Amino acid sequence: MTSYNNTRATLAIAKASLRSIFRSPSAVVFSLLFPLIFIVIFANIGGGAVSVDVGLAKSSDTLNPIYQVLKNYKVVRITTKQSQAEMNKNLDKGSLDAIIDIQKRNGLPAFTIDVKYTAASQEKGNMLRSMLKSLLYQFNTQATPNNAPKVATMTETTIKGREYKYIDFILPGQLGFSLLNIGVFGTAFVFLSLRQTLVIKRFFATPVKRYSIITGEMLARVSFALLGAIVIISVGHFAFGFTLVNGIVTVLNMLLLSFAGLIIFMGFGFIISGIAKNETSIPPLSNIITLPQFLLSGTFFSTAAFPSWLQPVSNALPLTHLNNAMRKIAFEGAALGDVTHQLLILLLWGIGIYAVAIKTFKWE
Amino acid sequence: MAKQPIITVNNLVKQYADFTAVKGISFEVYEGEIFGLLGPNGAGKTTTLEIIETLRIKTSGEVTVDGFSIDTQANQIKQRIGVQLQAAGYYPGLNLIELLNLFSGLYGVRINPLDMLAKVALTDKAKAQYKTLSGGQKQRFSIATTLINNPRIIFLDEPTTGLDPQARRNLWELIREIRSAGTTVVITTHYMDEAEELCDRVAFVDGGRIVGINSPDSFIDELVAAGFERKKQVKQANLEDVFINLTGKEWRE
Repeated sequence: MTSYNNTRATLAIAKASLRSIFRSPSAVVFSLLFPLIFIVIFANIGGGAVSVDVGLAKSSDTLNPIYQVLKNYKVVRITTKQSQAEMNKNLDKGSLDAIIDIQKRNGLPAFTIDVKYTAASQEKGNMLRSMLKSLLYQFNTQATPNNAPKVATMTETTIKGREYKYIDFILPGQLGFSLLNIGVFGTAFVFLSLRQTLVIKRFFATPVKRYSIITGEMLARVSFALLGAIVIISVGHFAFGFTLVNGIVTVLNMLLLSFAGLIIFMGFGFIISGIAKNETSIPPLSNIITLPQFLLSGTFFSTAAFPSWLQPVSNALPLTHLNNAMRKIAFEGAALGDVTHQLLILLLWGIGIYAVAIKTFKWE
Repeated sequence: MAKQPIITVNNLVKQYADFTAVKGISFEVYEGEIFGLLGPNGAGKTTTLEIIETLRIKTSGEVTVDGFSIDTQANQIKQRIGVQLQAAGYYPGLNLIELLNLFSGLYGVRINPLDMLAKVALTDKAKAQYKTLSGGQKQRFSIATTLINNPRIIFLDEPTTGLDPQARRNLWELIREIRSAGTTVVITTHYMDEAEELCDRVAFVDGGRIVGINSPDSFIDELVAAGFERKKQVKQANLEDVFINLTGKEWRE
């Protein structure tokens, strides 16, 4: 008898599971259609409504390229007419979202930007922060390669200027939402139903190993989720101009991050499949996991907008950190190495969840 | 003609937390026979079967299947047996061909799914999902999945429960064919006419013990010799014969 091939068994399960997922309407609706609908809705209502009001300090230099680019952002409305005292007062009230002061220097760095945010408008402050970070990133990466003095290169470079659109905020959140749904609902349902309909028991009557069953199922869900992520990112990018700073590299970084997030969310699914008594108890249990994260993890609006007592809750949730990392990667051009803080928190969540999952998971 | 035992069960005990399901069962199944495990619900039939199938851990005793011990060689046993579980389901959303391909991956063998379906007369259902099949078709498909790895022994746990007389007779035919192809069959059933018709030998299990093991004919002869008489005179035909006579032999889907 030829030796038994575990990989073949694992792939057979992955293939069967993937087929089954694609034929299940709820999987496709919750993980693909809903996020896309939200993206379409928010991309359309969000775009015009959002604007960041920025005061330009009287002492600021206005001939520098950074200011020239910022001035042309549709979302940014720059005020120069107010006096410095008025600006400070308006910042205090939140009718101005920030005051910036750009100074030209003779040495390096060639420019310094001094930004004053306000606690009265944290959300828009964060938007501006993202925009400035990405703008500086672009300036710095374009200036350094030829080793020329930064001032010279900068004045010569024409910057297209990246616009921070609402889609840049909403898409990473919806991607996280999709991963959360596939991970939690999908995993919980499949393992409970395979256990209850004795499909797993029948599997055990074959030489298949337990880890093959788990790996095969995870592989199917990962493939489905990453395909979904590619669809969501593509629709966002081509239809709504979602910003991918470094193009395909950014997409790959986003997919790697999606993979990490999905592994954690599947851990929740394993736990629920173990503690759920029957199929009807899966939706409530899953909602306990997904709803708070859906609302509190910055899926629709920045977590900075929440009252301070809610901040620690929001900051404890894994989706918050996944969303933050995703936005940094997509818009600020960060690599996975730049979001180690978020990855570390996700890792801690992963360890905790799988420790519980190993205890609660049931085979029969 | 000396018969070769292919399954040996020796003093098998299965103890659950609050009761003992199997209390020291011993028997042998011979190669190439159809062996029936008979007995009321809760007698320990399914538990015994599942221990032999390596799906359940025994408390004590010895079981060897085709020369392999269930304690140390479960994997070799799994590769040599086919198992049909009472009321098992199949992976959701897949058609019969896809399910058979899944099982061929699980068993690590190459098969042509259509050949398997032809063996159980389900070729025309190749693209159907399991849940859309009739009761008889479901059981035939289950049996097809037990044949994928060309097993030495197949285990059928109440395969005819809930089937109409035509589907039942049709399944007997299939089981006989499998046996003629050289496969040993172990079956449980609640229908004594079925056991009498199908099995070469039967073991009666009650309260976790074997209370008798012999061929159906010998059992009946013994009972008659002991002076047993039926209250009602046995006629040349029974009501099931009438049913089949009136509705025809072809099974309905």
